[in-house]
Amino acid sequence: MRNVFLFIRRYFHFLFFLLSQVFCIYLITHYNKFHNAVGSATMNEITGRVNNQYNKIDYYLQLKRTNEQLASDNERLRNSLRENFENPDTSNKLVTDSIPFDTLGNRRKWLYQRAKVVSNSVTTQNNFVVLSRGSAQQLNKDEGVVDPNNGVVGIVTDVSENFAVVMSLLHKDSRISAILKNDPGGGGGSVVWDGVEPNYVSFINVRKSAKAKKGDTVMTSGITPTFPYGMIIGTIDQITPDKSTNNFIIRLKTAANFYNLQYVYSIKNYQKDEINKLLEKAKARINN
Amino acid sequence: MSTLVKNILRFVLLILVQFYVLDKIHLNRMVTPYVYYLFILWMPFKLNRTIQMILAFVVGFTLDSFRHSPGFHAAACVLIAYLRPFLINIIIPQEGADSNYEEPSVRSMGGFFQYMIYAGVLTLIHHGYLFLLEAWQFGDIWYFIVKTLLSTIISVVLIFVAEALFSRKQKFRTNTA
Repeated sequence: MRNVFLFIRRYFHFLFFLLSQVFCIYLITHYNKFHNAVGSATMNEITGRVNNQYNKIDYYLQLKRTNEQLASDNERLRNSLRENFENPDTSNKLVTDSIPFDTLGNRRKWLYQRAKVVSNSVTTQNNFVVLSRGSAQQLNKDEGVVDPNNGVVGIVTDVSENFAVVMSLLHKDSRISAILKNDPGGGGGSVVWDGVEPNYVSFINVRKSAKAKKGDTVMTSGITPTFPYGMIIGTIDQITPDKSTNNFIIRLKTAANFYNLQYVYSIKNYQKDEINKLLEKAKARINN
Repeated sequence: MSTLVKNILRFVLLILVQFYVLDKIHLNRMVTPYVYYLFILWMPFKLNRTIQMILAFVVGFTLDSFRHSPGFHAAACVLIAYLRPFLINIIIPQEGADSNYEEPSVRSMGGFFQYMIYAGVLTLIHHGYLFLLEAWQFGDIWYFIVKTLLSTIISVVLIFVAEALFSRKQKFRTNTA
């Protein structure tokens, strides 16, 4: 027993070093578990506040580009107003309302909520965007996030009271189901990031029969409950056939400019809970 | 200024500069310059080794919290804090500059060359280990090597710029004092 204590005393520094390394590697590999721990939310609040202060300066410096984005967003929305379209049959009046349930039975599925970006990184292998909108402002986990011009930014992974962490498209675990705008039936696949260059992502598992050419738009497929159909992910920059499989590997230039994100919209899906419940029920039935 | 206040200021400034200035810099092939671990490089000679490692963990973990990637920088920082005393023992001449000066610098290490070795080796280890942990998931060996070497060069240059900008005047402490 005495020898054990002597050993520990003699190699205390080394043992302490090993212990801390094990702890760090535990943190790295169990990131998701740590994420849900109480400590993570507190750290989020603290770093979020510091980021908020810094962003006050950064926001001012980028006002010009932010304005341009918002103006083009307005242009798009103005063009989709009902007054711009003439209905030839005046007796047939179309009315849509934004209330969740209206008299025609329309039901709101997607709700866009504005959020200010307070921190954003592009240079690391796992990039995150931090928003100053949290659970106290009705932002929940697993909501999709787009920029003012409908370019996909990422998915909310962690929410504290006043801040939310978004797993950016530029994250090694990010995987978003996508289709080609010109060939929605033939060109389905998923968008991932190879960790090499910001603003460029890979569109993988696309069949060679898909009609893809340079400059085409790739958008979300709408088959997952996170993003609605048609949110723009990017435009095709380069197409390389994968020799070993029957697929293309397509390089995309992202629609959202990750160097300059100031305002984004989170998209809440009101039908998500229902879909998830149904899926769980189906899974439970298979397991029984 | 007392050593404690000086180190607290250093801690805050280095973390802020790292996250808000250097992390925004993006050179080709994802080369990122680092300086925040200067806090570890500049820690006093006489500090208890366990405390050195705990402080290194705190620095790394703070940066990790900002970057939302717990563990990566903390692991690399603890590694260099553990290896630092061995390196100092090898580099510093026998007269024992570590008892005459407070913390590592060009002067206390006995010359520019010695200090460069000290900073260079620790930088290389820090970057190598950090990128190794990150590359785990990507697994491209050449990318890893190129990134480590280029980042090391840029970081060492930055360290010397920092050294030149903020000259740390160190008193020569005699044994009689």
